[in-house]
Amino acid sequence: MSGINDFAFKMGTVNGTGSASANSLLMQAIFRMGIPVTGKNIFPSNIQGLPTWYEIRVSKDGYTARPSDVDLVVALNQSTYARDVKAVRAGGYLLYDSSWPMDAELLRDDITVLGVPFGRMCIETFEKDRDRTLLRNIAYAGALAALLNIDMTVVEGMLNEKFGKKQRLLDANHTAIRLGYDYAKANLPCPLPFHLEKMDKTSDSILMDGNTASALGAVFAGATVGAWYPITPATALMEAFKSFCEKYRVDPETKLHRYAILQAEDELAAAGIVIGAGWAGARSFTNTSGPGISLMQEFIGLAYYTDIPAVFFDVQRCGPATGMPTRTQQADLFSLAYASHGDTKHIVIFPADPRECFEMAVQAFDLAERFQTPVFVASDLDIGMNDWMVKRFEWDDSYRPDRGKVLDAEALQKIERFSRYLDVDGDGIAARTLPGVGGKGAYFVRGSGHDKHAAYTEDSDAYLELVDRLKRKIDGAANAVPAPVVTRHAGADIGLITIGSCDAAVREAADILTAQGTPVNVMRIRGFPFSDDVREFITQHGRVFVIEQNRDAQLRALLAIELGFARDSMHSILDYGGMPLTPKVVVDAVASHLVGASA
Amino acid sequence: MTSIAKPPVRHKSSRTNGLGLTIRDYEGAMSTLCAGCGHDSVTAALIQAAWEMDLEPHRVGKMSGIGCSSKTTAYFMKQSHGFNSVHGRMPSVTSGAAAANRALTYIGISGDGDSLSIGLGQLSHAIRRNVNMLYVLENNGVYGLTKGQFSASADIGSLSKKGEPNEQSPIDPILLALTLGATFAARSFSGDKKQLVPILKAAIAHHGFAIVDVISPCVSFNDHEGSTKSYAHTRDQSVETVIADYLPGDFVPLTREITVSDTEEEIRVVQLHDGGSVRLRATAPDYDPTNRESAYTHVRQCQQRGEIATGLLYVDEEQGREMHDMLRTVPEPLIEVPYEQLCPGRAALDALMERYR
Repeated sequence: MSGINDFAFKMGTVNGTGSASANSLLMQAIFRMGIPVTGKNIFPSNIQGLPTWYEIRVSKDGYTARPSDVDLVVALNQSTYARDVKAVRAGGYLLYDSSWPMDAELLRDDITVLGVPFGRMCIETFEKDRDRTLLRNIAYAGALAALLNIDMTVVEGMLNEKFGKKQRLLDANHTAIRLGYDYAKANLPCPLPFHLEKMDKTSDSILMDGNTASALGAVFAGATVGAWYPITPATALMEAFKSFCEKYRVDPETKLHRYAILQAEDELAAAGIVIGAGWAGARSFTNTSGPGISLMQEFIGLAYYTDIPAVFFDVQRCGPATGMPTRTQQADLFSLAYASHGDTKHIVIFPADPRECFEMAVQAFDLAERFQTPVFVASDLDIGMNDWMVKRFEWDDSYRPDRGKVLDAEALQKIERFSRYLDVDGDGIAARTLPGVGGKGAYFVRGSGHDKHAAYTEDSDAYLELVDRLKRKIDGAANAVPAPVVTRHAGADIGLITIGSCDAAVREAADILTAQGTPVNVMRIRGFPFSDDVREFITQHGRVFVIEQNRDAQLRALLAIELGFARDSMHSILDYGGMPLTPKVVVDAVASHLVGASA
Repeated sequence: MTSIAKPPVRHKSSRTNGLGLTIRDYEGAMSTLCAGCGHDSVTAALIQAAWEMDLEPHRVGKMSGIGCSSKTTAYFMKQSHGFNSVHGRMPSVTSGAAAANRALTYIGISGDGDSLSIGLGQLSHAIRRNVNMLYVLENNGVYGLTKGQFSASADIGSLSKKGEPNEQSPIDPILLALTLGATFAARSFSGDKKQLVPILKAAIAHHGFAIVDVISPCVSFNDHEGSTKSYAHTRDQSVETVIADYLPGDFVPLTREITVSDTEEEIRVVQLHDGGSVRLRATAPDYDPTNRESAYTHVRQCQQRGEIATGLLYVDEEQGREMHDMLRTVPEPLIEVPYEQLCPGRAALDALMERYR
């Protein structure tokens, strides 16, 4: 259904031509009009010349999933005309650059084609070639402002903010936006039947991407050492951390840094740096994606086996191998849950949006230090790199980092002997000391067999004691990881289980299914190991669907393995082509399953 | 078993250092290496150096990777904090620890397999990063723990225990370090404690990454005729290019004083960051241990003659900027910065939120 403040449109452009700023200008303008909005950037793994799209969905009801249908396509990349025309829903609109004769590919009986000579107008108006190319994007933003009734005072205010005193750029952008706006107003049916009208539904929200949010969380958690190796789609996380540290962590007098960021030679080194810093007592982290996690496996096992805290932000992308670096997936679940060789199991937490990235970043550092183990924050490209509309972040100034069991010199005085891996409390967590502490606090970290005193051993009993303690420790984290979020609809016997960025689409699908007479409950898992709530949810429902973005149903398999369910007791809905999930995929899959089951 | 403890017996007449500790206080567990292993002599030299320098044991991080060499960390300074990491990855773990706590002294022990094959990348980048640490490379040209394969430092033509010649060209850690911009590069021989101890002391005192390549023969797999890393070959072919002595700022040296020079002009004094100094005397009249290019050429020429140039071959204390200088970090260890100075707080967050509207 499309209508006032409830529709979607997308722009098909060429990567590297400056369309990103025009697209984010449009999205932000809608947000500032008080209308809930979502933007998805679908970009190629290159710098210049390949096709790229930007999808914007406005939803008066606040739905933020990727749209199932597109009402208007702006086709500015001739090489994708065929695909772009196809993407328009029946009865929708196509806007193209009419500077050149219309391509036969653009013809479709059931849509309305609108033309604006963006290229020609820019060539006539601007002298520099670069301006003619870049400002064509601002011109289409202007035409869309007219077609969709975007408030021009908001748009022009944003241009003023963005270009400030750069008078030439400011003037050129104002000219370009008016080129498109005035042409559309004079020649096209403005506004279209679906368009925008001011609301007041975004005043308590912000627009932020998940990588920025995770970085901000790391700053607030008190992380001081960051090590990384550049990789899409995780790179921006450390860049944001650096920029926040430059803002908040530079001594005002000496200009010296209260942080250390090391760009490592590879992911192996990044993991080593993080573990060395964790051992030394710093809150340290790395940001990476699937290929990086593969390389870090050896060190992850070392940290697990030697009880060293470390935080890994894994911004997942399409695998295996190099896969599709700029497409989203949730296919690292196995490699995170049981990373490294031997018997291992790790704490993994799953944010669903940037606000949770912020909050869970802080939780990750607390969990890592409390449980003295690697902790993974598994987001994905959709969360990490797209701007999301989320509630403003909040902070409680009474928060203090949970450093876990650390014995300082004073505490060491009170005990007869310090044994690094002695489980005094029965929770599997032994007290640690930090290097530099004197007295009896020194011990030897070794990845080879060691006993509870940290001494080398190949004795079976000592080994069993150690690995069983580690199992007890990690299993004990099940109720410390973020609890699942459950949304219920009256009378539902169908349960949908999902994870991470699928959340928005699944919750919307649940509303649609419920409205259609098939009430469903939704549980979003936020932590691994799974808590008892997860088991209960599965047993409470006659039929359970697990919705995730990977080929092999990794979440469903983990649920089956860890909780003892038969794999076929749950049905999979899998969407792993690399695009953010849409509600339609879920609705259709559930509906077709129910039809099949009743037939 | 690296955990075998030595009996804590202290002889009444034992000399004590500035901290009141005897040399026994700097020992570690009993060595489990083969009798006669060169690495045990390196251990002894490290113990001597640390004791003479009054290093507080608990303020030392002993770091290593995997292999015979990496076991060394267990055999000295039992009151220090130790870390056996994974094969070839000691440099990154040390980089992280040093980033977090710059106030400790980091002593990394590695071998030629650990450093020059699996860990070559990490060694190279620790040099580039100029981590403030001593990096001892116990170099025997062979994989001892897996029973005798050639390592990347084996010379062409050097024979294995089974008599097979090595065909591949060696990686020389000193030439590597000089090429990559290391600010301290020394070579010594485990059988020459007199030379090794002052070098280790100068290396520990150096502000930045100090590599000390120690030819440390493997008695089990590489101490035979035809090996170029045997005791006999190393003794015969080593050429002491630079005689070095470390002098603490306010201390009369305990080790060998350089008194053999004919004229004072031949002795160069390099001021170290810790207030001490290192006195250098080159045996070749035109050798300049502060000139990277001529040092490189000299080491290369010795190598071509089948000789092993030893001593403190290169030192650059003045231009050396260690990792923290490049990172512009605060002088105190990051782990000691109070949380209140790390967290911007609620008011800052509220203000920041406006930027995302």
